[in-house]
Amino acid sequence: MTRTELKLEDETFLTDDFLRQLINVGEVDILVGLPTHNNAKTVGSVVDTIRNGILRGFPRERAVIINADRGSRDGTPELVTSISIDDARPASNLYALRTLHSISTTCANGPGSGVALRTIMAAAELLRAKACIVMSPESASLQPQWISNLLDPIYRGGFDLVAPTYRRHKFDGLVMTNLLYPMVRALYGLRIREPYMPEFGFSGRFGSQFLGQNGWNDGNSSAGVELRFTLAAITGGYGICQSFLGEKDHTERRAADLVPALRQTVGALFSALEPDFSVWSTVAGSKPVPTTGSEQEFLLEPTRVNRKRLREMFSTGVAELQSVFQAILSPSTLAELQRIARLGDEEFRYPAELWVRTVYEFAASYQKSVISRDHIIQALAPLFRGRVFTFLSENRAGSANDVESNIEVLCLEFERLKPYLLQMWKSRE
Amino acid sequence: MREMIVSELVQAVHELARGFAHYLPRLIALLILAFVGWVIAYAVKVILRSILQLIKFDKLSENTGASQLLSKAALPTATEMVSRFVFWVTWLGFIMLGVSVLGILGLQEQISRVFLFLPRLFVAMFVLFFGLLAASFFSRAALLAAVNANMPSARIVSLAVRSIIIVFVFSIVFEELGLAEQTMLVAFGIAFGALMFGLAIAFGIGGRNLAQRFLEQKFVRGKREENEDELSPL
Repeated sequence: MTRTELKLEDETFLTDDFLRQLINVGEVDILVGLPTHNNAKTVGSVVDTIRNGILRGFPRERAVIINADRGSRDGTPELVTSISIDDARPASNLYALRTLHSISTTCANGPGSGVALRTIMAAAELLRAKACIVMSPESASLQPQWISNLLDPIYRGGFDLVAPTYRRHKFDGLVMTNLLYPMVRALYGLRIREPYMPEFGFSGRFGSQFLGQNGWNDGNSSAGVELRFTLAAITGGYGICQSFLGEKDHTERRAADLVPALRQTVGALFSALEPDFSVWSTVAGSKPVPTTGSEQEFLLEPTRVNRKRLREMFSTGVAELQSVFQAILSPSTLAELQRIARLGDEEFRYPAELWVRTVYEFAASYQKSVISRDHIIQALAPLFRGRVFTFLSENRAGSANDVESNIEVLCLEFERLKPYLLQMWKSRE
Repeated sequence: MREMIVSELVQAVHELARGFAHYLPRLIALLILAFVGWVIAYAVKVILRSILQLIKFDKLSENTGASQLLSKAALPTATEMVSRFVFWVTWLGFIMLGVSVLGILGLQEQISRVFLFLPRLFVAMFVLFFGLLAASFFSRAALLAAVNANMPSARIVSLAVRSIIIVFVFSIVFEELGLAEQTMLVAFGIAFGALMFGLAIAFGIGGRNLAQRFLEQKFVRGKREENEDELSPL
């Protein structure tokens, strides 16, 4: 798609008022995107920190903050635009040599932040931004340094995508540690710790390319855009690096959101496997990506987790969803799951190999559409709880190194069993 | 007397021969139509079977649960059933066309009634198939939602959803076919009403604690957070 065609398409997608505001801003060097939806509690301090970060790290650059709001009812957009540049100066004694613009627009409320990210990328394309970052509006632990950590590798280092790494509790981000990171690593060959990125940076070049490629009007394509973005960077051969940001607040995404979280992440990954088959089918092993700072740090303080409930939900799920699993899983995998579901709490263990086989069989069934794809993703939730129970049991008293080595064992299992997925894929064809 | 009998017999034979000669071309037309109809019906059957195999109709009917019903009744696959059904409908159509050529009074009216019934039969089959598909889809959706919400008796919820949809679908099918319309309407009303009444009583009395817990989790913020695991999936 040419730049002119892209602009025409974007102009019809963006509102007239928003386009007028963008024209007033003119070209920029740096763009900070802030997708929001009812984030009045945190967005004020987030915008403040972003401004501080820009003033500290990029005082000479032309910068803009774009807030793409999905119809907040708590005054989030007003909060974003009302915080002026002067609010940041007295406290930190910082001075910008350029005007720091702040624009807010309301976009359609779709699944996840897909529509908001599209708006931000379209704005970046129209403003010809050289480096862009997207920040989570819920980041209570956001520090000004995060802005430089995400922007520097792009603006000064020539990378196209900067993925974050965090200091997190060892039991936070369990979909990431038990499924997304190991599977993306095994299939696409790059060790990106947070392939589904709450905060990330990207070059204008890559943003424009992705904006043109991603089928935004297809309902599925607006879900899990953060993951699609990472996969597009890998398959497109763009320069990817990781940057350590700091401590991630674990209350941002709660356990009750497991099924929507699986839809956003695992659903997006499974649906990307078919178009990306030519890439991942030829990859063997995995290699690290350049990383600034730590690759991952774990907090070890005790946390309250209802393990018994996880275990019960696994066993109930295996018993109640037998007819669903018969359509998805191989008879041997299902029999093994039924066997471990009958074990007591002490003996129960969902081994890495069985978990990897389960995930790969789910991925193959997703491609074959043996039943509704959304039902396949929902059916994975009780099994994931079983795997989480085992992960919690194995790492309850473990040090950071123990947790890391257990994750590494799982990753290697995903890599070892990759031919099994390929075999199922080929048998389908 | 003898001559009269012979003459009557000859006349009767002549009448029979005349009648036979009159009906022979129609009979031949009937046979030709039946033969041509068989050839066309067979061709339609083969083409339809290929199309259904191409679009994986058996897989679809497996999802609706129709395949399981067929195999329990020792019947062939859904693709084979539909192909055979279309074959027989097509061939019978041609045979009836041939029979109408015979010009037998009263029979033509019956034949036209059969032809008029065919579209309704197709609509009924269409409703039945997609109704079963919807029942299977929504009952599975209910089962998954109930399991992931950690609701007790998830399978009963799923079964209730399936039963309601199937009862609803069958009432539409019978109404479309015009079979015992009034009886079906009343039966459906009673069955549906009884089901809803039963569920309301079950939820109000048997599931009082469940309802209380559900409402508390939904509307009392503090209560909900107290019960949650402090884990984030992402």
